[in-house]
Parts: sequence; C-alpha cells; structure tokens
Amino acid sequence: MTEEPNVPPETPEEAALTGTLAASIALKQRAGGLIVPVLTALIAFLLGGLVVLATGHNPLLAYRDIFNGAGLNWVFHPTTNVADTAAYNLSQTLLQTTTLILCGLAVAFAFRCGMFNIGGQGQYFVGLYVANWVGVDFSGMSPLPHILLAVGAATLAGGLWAGIAGFLKATVGAHEVISTIMLNWIAIWVGEWLFGDGGPLQNSANKTVPISSDIAESAKLPVFWGEKELQGLHVGFFVAIAALVVFWAILNRTTLGYEVRAVGFNPEAAAYGGINVRKNLVRAMAISGAFAGLAGALDMTGYLYHFGQSDIPANSVGFIGIAVALLGRNTAVGTGLGALLFGALLFGTTHGLSSNVIQPELAGNLTYIIEGLVVLFVGADVLILYLWNTRRRLRPRGPKAAEAAA
Amino acid sequence: MAAAADELVLEMRGIRKEFPGIVANDDVDLDIRRGEVHALLGENGAGKSTLMNILYGLYRRDAGEILLHGKPVDFGSARDSIESGIGMVHQHFMLIPVMTVAENIVLGNEPRDGILLDERGAEKRVRELSEQFGLLVDPTALVSDITVGQEQRVEILKALYRGADILILDEPTAVLTPQEAGELFGIIRSLKADGKSIIFITHKLNEVLEIADRITVLRRGRVIETVPREGATEESLARAMVGRDVLLRVEKTPAKPGDVLLRVEDLHVSDDRGIPKVRGVSFDVHAGEIVGIAGVDGNGQTELIEAITGLRKAEAGTISVAGRELHEATAREMLDAGVGHIPEDRQRRGLVLEFTLAENIALHDYAEAPDAKWGWMFPKRLVERALRLIKEFDIRGGGALTRAGGLSGGNQQKLVVAREVARDPKVLIAAQPTRGLDVGAIEYLHRRIVTERDEGRAVLLVSLELEEILSLSDRILVIYEGEIAGEHTGEVSEQEIGLEMLGGKEKTAA
Repeated sequence: MTEEPNVPPETPEEAALTGTLAASIALKQRAGGLIVPVLTALIAFLLGGLVVLATGHNPLLAYRDIFNGAGLNWVFHPTTNVADTAAYNLSQTLLQTTTLILCGLAVAFAFRCGMFNIGGQGQYFVGLYVANWVGVDFSGMSPLPHILLAVGAATLAGGLWAGIAGFLKATVGAHEVISTIMLNWIAIWVGEWLFGDGGPLQNSANKTVPISSDIAESAKLPVFWGEKELQGLHVGFFVAIAALVVFWAILNRTTLGYEVRAVGFNPEAAAYGGINVRKNLVRAMAISGAFAGLAGALDMTGYLYHFGQSDIPANSVGFIGIAVALLGRNTAVGTGLGALLFGALLFGTTHGLSSNVIQPELAGNLTYIIEGLVVLFVGADVLILYLWNTRRRLRPRGPKAAEAAA
Repeated sequence: MAAAADELVLEMRGIRKEFPGIVANDDVDLDIRRGEVHALLGENGAGKSTLMNILYGLYRRDAGEILLHGKPVDFGSARDSIESGIGMVHQHFMLIPVMTVAENIVLGNEPRDGILLDERGAEKRVRELSEQFGLLVDPTALVSDITVGQEQRVEILKALYRGADILILDEPTAVLTPQEAGELFGIIRSLKADGKSIIFITHKLNEVLEIADRITVLRRGRVIETVPREGATEESLARAMVGRDVLLRVEKTPAKPGDVLLRVEDLHVSDDRGIPKVRGVSFDVHAGEIVGIAGVDGNGQTELIEAITGLRKAEAGTISVAGRELHEATAREMLDAGVGHIPEDRQRRGLVLEFTLAENIALHDYAEAPDAKWGWMFPKRLVERALRLIKEFDIRGGGALTRAGGLSGGNQQKLVVAREVARDPKVLIAAQPTRGLDVGAIEYLHRRIVTERDEGRAVLLVSLELEEILSLSDRILVIYEGEIAGEHTGEVSEQEIGLEMLGGKEKTAA
C-alpha cells in the first residue's frame, strides 16, 4: 500500500468540463477569488462610463470628480479638520459606508446559510422605526441606557422581522426571496401609517407634516468627526467595523457558524451530521435581519434623528446592500470594501459635481446604474470566469502544439 | 470478414497532454479495430477521460497524432469529431427532460417538414435505429418519464443517429442496475456485430473480461499494456492497473457473533411521497458480525437506512441500539446512541465538499469538547485530529486544510470511513461503501470493514453489488419490495439470491 503514489487530483480544467456543480463552485472560489470581483467592478464602471460618454461628457473627468467628491482624495493630504473639504467629504462617505456595511452583512450572512435575503430594506426600516419610537417616547433616561435600549430593541426588531421569513421557509417551505420582498412592502406601508396623519409616531408639534419627532438628546450617538448639527461621523462607524469582525468570528470560530456554513453548502450533509437544518434557517435569517435592524438603529440614533413618509421611497440602502455583499463575495473583508465603494459612489455623486463634467440628472443615478450592473455581473460571474479561462486556453502552447495543429 | 475485423479504424500515436503540474497523458498509443470492443482500463485519474476528451475534440493535445481510417485528423471541437463518425456517451447524460426521446435524439440535426420539425419522420427514424440495434425505448415518451437505463440508450441512439462508427462509452455501467448492465452488454454485442467499434472506459475488471475484445491499461498517464481478453485475468489486469498485486478476494476469519447491538422490529417506512417502502422488516445484527442486505435498487434499502440513522421518521416499528429502544430519534440521537453511517452518496450526504478535511472530520462532533466549548470552536484541535486520522487512514491527495471536493473518490470515501470509525460506534452502517471506487480503494475498504467487525462492531452492509455482499457478509438478508425475502448463512449461490432479489420465491410459491 505504501509505495503506491498519489493519484493526481483533477485539474481545474478537467473539473470544469466533467465536474459537478459543487466542483465548478470550488473552481470558482479558487480561481476567481480576487479576479472576479475586481473584473466585475471594472466592467460595471466601464459601462457606467459609456453612459457618461453617451451624454457627451468625459467619463474619466466624471470619475475623477466623483472620487474627489467622495473625499477619497483625502488620503493625499490627510487631516482631521472637517473644515477641509476632502476631510468633510470623507466623513460623509464613511457615514454611508457604516450603513452599507451592516446592510451588506445582512445579505451576506443569509447567503452563507444558502438563502438570499432580499428583505434588508424592510428589516432596516423596522430598525429605524423602533429606534425612533424608543428614542422619542423613552425620553428622560440617561444617555447610555437610552442608546443601548434604542439600538438593542431596533436590532431585535430587525431580527424578528427577518425571522418571519426564516420561519416560513423552515415550516412550510415558502421561498425566502418571495417572503422577504413581501415583508419589505409591509414594512414600507407600516411606515406610511406610523408617520402619516395621526399615526403613532407622527410628531405632535405640527399635525400637517407626516414626519416623526426628533429623538431625545439622550438617545443620540456621540459624534467623533465633525459636528452633530452638520451630520458628523458618529461612533456607529466603529460598531459597523466591529460587526465585520463579529461576522467573521461567528462564521469561522463558532459552532453556530459551522452549522450555518454546513447548511449553506450542503443541507443534506448537514442533516446527516446531526445538525438541525430548520433551526439554522430561522436563526441565520434572524441574525441577518439583526444586522439590517442595527443599520437602521445606528442611522436613527447617529444622524437622522427623525424620519418621515417622504423619506421612505427615497431610501434604498437595503438594496444597495445586496450589491455590496455580492461584490464582496459574502466575506467580511469583501463586504467592508464593497461598502466603502458604494458609500463613496452614493455620496460622491450627489453633491458638488459640475454640469460641465456630468449631466446633473445622471449624477445621482450613476450609483444605481453601477449597482445594477454589479448585481447582474455577479450573477454572471461564472460566465466572466469562463471567458477568462478561455482566453488562457487559447494561448499558444509552444512549437510542439503548433506542429501538432498544423 | 476475418481480414476486415483487423482493419484499423483509429490510431492515436504518442499522445501527450499536460495540465499545470500533471502530465495527464504521456506518449499514449491506442489503436482501435473495426468491430471490436476495446476496453480502456485504469484507476481514477489514470488519464482515461483526458485521452477520450482529446479524441472527442474537447481538449487539444500537446503532442502526438490521431489517424482516422489512416488519415491524420485534428478535431477542434466535438462537432468535428461527430462529423467524422465518433460518438461519445458521457457519464452524466445531457438530455432535455421536457422533450421527447425522439426530439432529443434528432436535436441539432432535425428532419424538417418545411420549416417545422418533421415529428413523424423523427419518430420513424428513431424507431428504425432502435429496432436495428435492440435499443428498445419509446420515441414518443418524455425523457423525464424514462429510467436512467433508458436515458443511456437515448444517448447511444443519439450518437448512432449522427452516424457514429466509433462509440466511446464513459463508465457506462456506473449508473445501471445489474440487470440494466446485462442489457447494455447485449446492445454492445449487437453494435459490434454491425461493425461498430466501441471504446469502453471502465475500472471494473469483471465487465472488461465479459465484454472486451482487447484491453488497454493506463496507469498515471502511460499505457502499461494492450492485451487480448484471452489470457487476461482479473488478477493480471489489477496488477497492471495498480502496479502491485491486489487482493481481490476478501480474507476473513469466521464471525464470532456477540450480543445483539442493532435490533429492528416490524419497521415500516414511507418515502417522501408517502409510498410505503419498508413494509414490516425485522432483523438483528450482532457484535462482530457483518450482515449484508442484498437487493435491486429501490426496494426500500435507502429508506431502511435513513430510518435507522434518524434521517427519516418510521411509520411504525422499533429500533434498538445495544438494548436501548429509541423512539422517533433524531439523527443526533442516533449518532449519540452509537450508530456510525457511511452513506451511499458520499458527495451529496457524506461530505460537505466545500469544507476542509478537518471540518469534515468534525461533522458530528464539532460542538463537543475538545473541538468546541461554549459554542466557541478551536480550529487547531480540528486540524490536529484530522492530521492524525489522515495518517492513520492513509488519506492522500490533500492535507487537513484541503477542501474535501479536491480529493479523489477513493480518498473521499476513506475520509468518511475515518470519521465514522474514529467515533468508535457500536453499529456501523455501510451503504454502497465502494460505489465508483477503483480496485485499490475497494481492497482497502473491504479490509477495513472486516477489521471493524473484528473490533466487535455490528456491521450492516447494504450494497447493490451482489459480489460485494457475498464476499463480505457473514449473514445475508435479501430485500424485495420492502420485505425480507430471504436469509442465508454460509454458502449460497449468486443465482439463488438473484432470484430472491427479483421476487422469484413469491412466484414459485404462488
């Protein structure tokens, strides 16, 4: 037995041609770990640039101004003084990044358990509502408990909201894509009612405006970069960074994460291993929702302070979270980078762009164009990888091969 | 006719193919005669599939030449090779389930009636072909409604419809029941009589000796020998394949049965659709005994195992492990009671292919000390245990942090066995433990199963390979339509059990 040499493993090419779906995914992860997301982003930006070009502007200038507008030029002359434009812009970009990290994790966590959580938006709204309610109605508490109560209750609410979809999947097999979309709509219309005329969260000062009261001072998060009044960067940013670490640690260092990944990769093998698959579906969905609920809580207590009917349709961070997670391949580091990219786009396209450089109507929508392209391409990354490999395969193999082909 | 039979239809000369880090084919020569069945024999990874993919135009060779009817050819794609009369039936069928048999066969080369598909013409042509070669299949049936064996016939018909003279069959019996395999051999003989040449890829020695005219053995990318069937034996072929002497017979001492460790009483189990599959089965398995369950696929074996392992709820009956009765136990409870399980499908159930070897080894115990405490896992301990088992069970092709999907089939199975045995189970259930494995790995697994019996475990072996059951079991139960149709200890003939597997006893009794 001992002198028998190793049987050579299948080569990636062989696996791609003859292998199973699992083999092709494994191949994708090995060969496409870094290439695919980078290519995906590049192609999305390239096509976005073509749209800019079609409107008669230079895409390179447009992207340069968006880069500067997002404050990313700050790295060339770093300062903490927010009077500096680049520093202020960066603080605003990071404010968006905070939200998008958590919304991205909300999608990524469910993904690792084999589910597609489209409901980040609804879970985010539920978190916002609860944080607003606790922040407004529980005034008189001292700051730390008040903040903890608001954030904790909102996070829990987001988790419960998503848990409904997980429960429906585990018990009656309702597909989570459908049920989370439905829960989004329910969350949206609940918001319309909450903030609308005579709604329970409508402000008491002016009954003609469908908007909530501001949360109490005691519920507002400390701002560490900039001014509270000027929408400075709040400490929730560090919470989001910590959430990335927690996400990684749960998945890679806990039995819970082991179960989540086992169920996500192969539910049948997980069940055989003694893992309760149904329990994990509900739990993973709830944890996903908790990330989105936390995003809503931090936005409410960090800089929004109030919310109204007209803010609901204008908000789509939950959906951008899908692009963030997909681009980040559902990993902690990837989600962090993806959130920074989209945070920069979100803020960089919405202010200070000259109409000489980009058509104003296009500016704000460029983010959504790129977001859409990213989702499209990530869905097609098998194709991108295929094209990448074909290019390699077509490369000539030296004189011998040429002879044989002749 | 004798002269025509020696006519070479295909020659491959000095074929070389490299993949990064591996020479998959190294100076391979192969020639195929008209009207012969030529077996291509080799272990997994020996380069059989690479060679055939080069011939079929899916891979480009790095060196060497291919002569078809004496003329050099160079296939850039499968389309080229199909047009030159080469057909290939892959292991995984590529049929469209919502279309009829006839539609699938003519796809890509449809007879037309104006701009429409000539449905009648297609069916007529398919019927002619299928009668000519004895490939019986209804051309109007939907592919989703036919059996796996019939799907394979459709694939063969498809190749014949496109005018194949040389037919490559890649591990054709892997998905077939013994009966279907017998029928396939009949079809191969009629194709051969018609002057078709067949390249038969396999690693099963008995099949080679049954059907092949000549045999080419590949090992690690090289041709070891090409021999006529006359004079070849299973032992000689196995030696050429593996590079050393292989023990094909299982050596074991008589069983010394101890206490009853697994008792199944009047068990009834239904499948997902609620159809009763196990109907009142009772048996005991003693410590130090291998009980084999023989039967044709689909007679309740899967449901029986799933019930014993807690993966499926039984409708009625009791299961006891080491004297303790377990009621509606979950998979976790059965594991804890001391039931180890080598599942019939290691890739779908036995392993998480994306997990590392270390993570797979922890699949049952990930939440218990020393792997974890208070929900926190210690990856280092997982790796330490994995390294120990990799060494003990001689798992090759990867380390503790390699993904299980990257291992060969034999090593994946060793990984499963290592995990199950390392838990020191009282009862070991082995379902099709050697399916799809090559002789070296089969030898290892058979020895291992006997070793575990001698350690005092109660072994329940379920296999569709009658030979495996006969050579390993101390006691044989035959299952037919969810009932035990026969029980044998000691010498029993293959024919007798074969009859019971098909419900023969019932018929003679009636």
